[in-house]
Amino acid sequence: MTFQTSVSRKHRWHVLPLLLNNAGLIASFIFLVLVASVTISPDLLSSYDPIAADPIQAQLPPTYEHWFGTDHLGRDVFSRVLHGARYSLLIGVSAMLIAVVVGSLLGLLSGLARGFVDEIITRFLDVVSAFPDLLLALVLISFTGPGTFNLIFALGVASIPRFARVVRGQTFVVAESGYVEQAKTFGLSRTTLIWRHILPHAIEQVPILATIGLGTAIISAAGLSFLGMGPQPPTPEWGAMLSEGRNYLRNAWWIGVWPGLAITLTVISVSVVGRRWQAAFEGRRLV
Amino acid sequence: MTLDNPAFIDELPLGSPSRIVRFRHSLWSRVLGRVGSGVVVLWAAVTLSFASLQIAPGNIVNLLVGDQLPTPEVEAAIRAEWGLDEPLIVQYLRYLWRILHGDFGRSYVLQSDVTSLILSQLWPTLKLTSAALVVAIVFAVTAAVLTAGRRWPRRLASAAELVLVSTPSFWLGIVLLFVFSFTLKLFPVAGDKNFSSLVLPALSLGLSLGAVVSQVLRQGLENALEEPFALTVRSWGCSDLTLRLRHCLRHASLPAVTLTGWLVGGLLSGAVITEQVFGRPGLGKVTVDAVLGKDLPVVLAVAIFSALIYVVLSTLVDLLYLFLDPRLRTRNR
Repeated sequence: MTFQTSVSRKHRWHVLPLLLNNAGLIASFIFLVLVASVTISPDLLSSYDPIAADPIQAQLPPTYEHWFGTDHLGRDVFSRVLHGARYSLLIGVSAMLIAVVVGSLLGLLSGLARGFVDEIITRFLDVVSAFPDLLLALVLISFTGPGTFNLIFALGVASIPRFARVVRGQTFVVAESGYVEQAKTFGLSRTTLIWRHILPHAIEQVPILATIGLGTAIISAAGLSFLGMGPQPPTPEWGAMLSEGRNYLRNAWWIGVWPGLAITLTVISVSVVGRRWQAAFEGRRLV
Repeated sequence: MTLDNPAFIDELPLGSPSRIVRFRHSLWSRVLGRVGSGVVVLWAAVTLSFASLQIAPGNIVNLLVGDQLPTPEVEAAIRAEWGLDEPLIVQYLRYLWRILHGDFGRSYVLQSDVTSLILSQLWPTLKLTSAALVVAIVFAVTAAVLTAGRRWPRRLASAAELVLVSTPSFWLGIVLLFVFSFTLKLFPVAGDKNFSSLVLPALSLGLSLGAVVSQVLRQGLENALEEPFALTVRSWGCSDLTLRLRHCLRHASLPAVTLTGWLVGGLLSGAVITEQVFGRPGLGKVTVDAVLGKDLPVVLAVAIFSALIYVVLSTLVDLLYLFLDPRLRTRNR
């Protein structure tokens, strides 16, 4: 404690450089908080209905009335982008959750069982990784058909291998480490050993990887929606909005620009936070 | 497209350095072993696609005809083609045999042979992905060589790379289309007629891959610039650019090559989306139509085909390692 105060006293007058050095991180964080609050209540910032069409107002350029303009059916693009945050983020987050839970369990099982089971699981993951994520998701969707839940399922399954690999490797290391050996000598049961002592350390890095992976998942989700595999019109999902906007590019650029900007800014923020977290975890400074 | 984040570089599935350091066989048995494991992965991929048809809920005939109703003739044709009246193991062997002979069956939605369909659409996609790969490599090498170890250029390049990696390729495509095709009218809006129609799609597909690779390449270059040999080369009076291009790039390229090989699969599936944005013909269009029409024979064939490309590429990347780094060739005793 004394050490802490002495450090902070020494650096009291250096707040500004600290802020400047972390400007990216702070901006990302603020943006993510903004996106999160919009996800919870999109009506806070916009009073227009994101779905009801109003053909008289179609394809109006951005004005004070409609900040982002209106689309080909006269819907307010700003309001649709705000409401779209809910779909795009929830699809990404849910897919990552599936991948994290199943991947971690598979990795733990593989790392603990070793031998034959490990060999089978590793080989299986190798084969699954031979298909690019997006294509694997497409194959799964061709069985289930398009739709929001099918998209989440497909993306989640396609991202399982990377989490399983990391957790498997970590499980190997942790299970061999001194404190687990020590815990064994206390006569702890295998269940306690695994759930209380091995698992928490084996999955230490998973939240960080999931944060970084979330950016990729949001892009893939938007890409698949763009192809028409996700939420169907008139749902205001960012990828689906871009696919509509693509057709009106000649007369109304704003329909196809704002949703993409929303995706890009969200993914940048998520990556900045994730990478900084990873750097802090590994104890190195990010330049 | 999953131009994956560099965070996952540490767990590349194949050809990671640790595997290479571990080998103790001669060069040829190493090559053979690598090819062998590639064949095993391919066999498993084919088996997986066969199994997926069996596991999927619903009648296999209904699965194969897609989103249309099977007429009795079509049903009889499918039964004969897949040998559905025979035991499962015979069906499986038959399937393997057919695929081994390059026969991916028949699409009942499109009324044509899948193999000839894929081959006819292969060329535009191949053109697009190779052009994108060239864009990626040129971008990565230029950005890394010019900015490695220099404080402010490096920061600027990192920021640009972060933006490029985070931009969905299809949105980049839409923006490029708006600026260069609709506003400046420099490039055609859609189609695949000449070279100029390839420029924008290749840029939108290749830049984010280039950004990922350039991050890794720069890291490698900076490590190489710290090595003692870099000091030696400098003492010869070589210019900084010569040092970077002729001496350090080779060292730095090892991890970047692995990453590129690994991400080219992502490039192929990214092409699916890019082709849609730019209205180009190709495998991507075929795939999207097949997925939406539940045309499983086509989807599975595309999947197996891309697994084949992945296996071939990752094998080549592993062999490229031996070519790039002579130390790996002599360590085999």
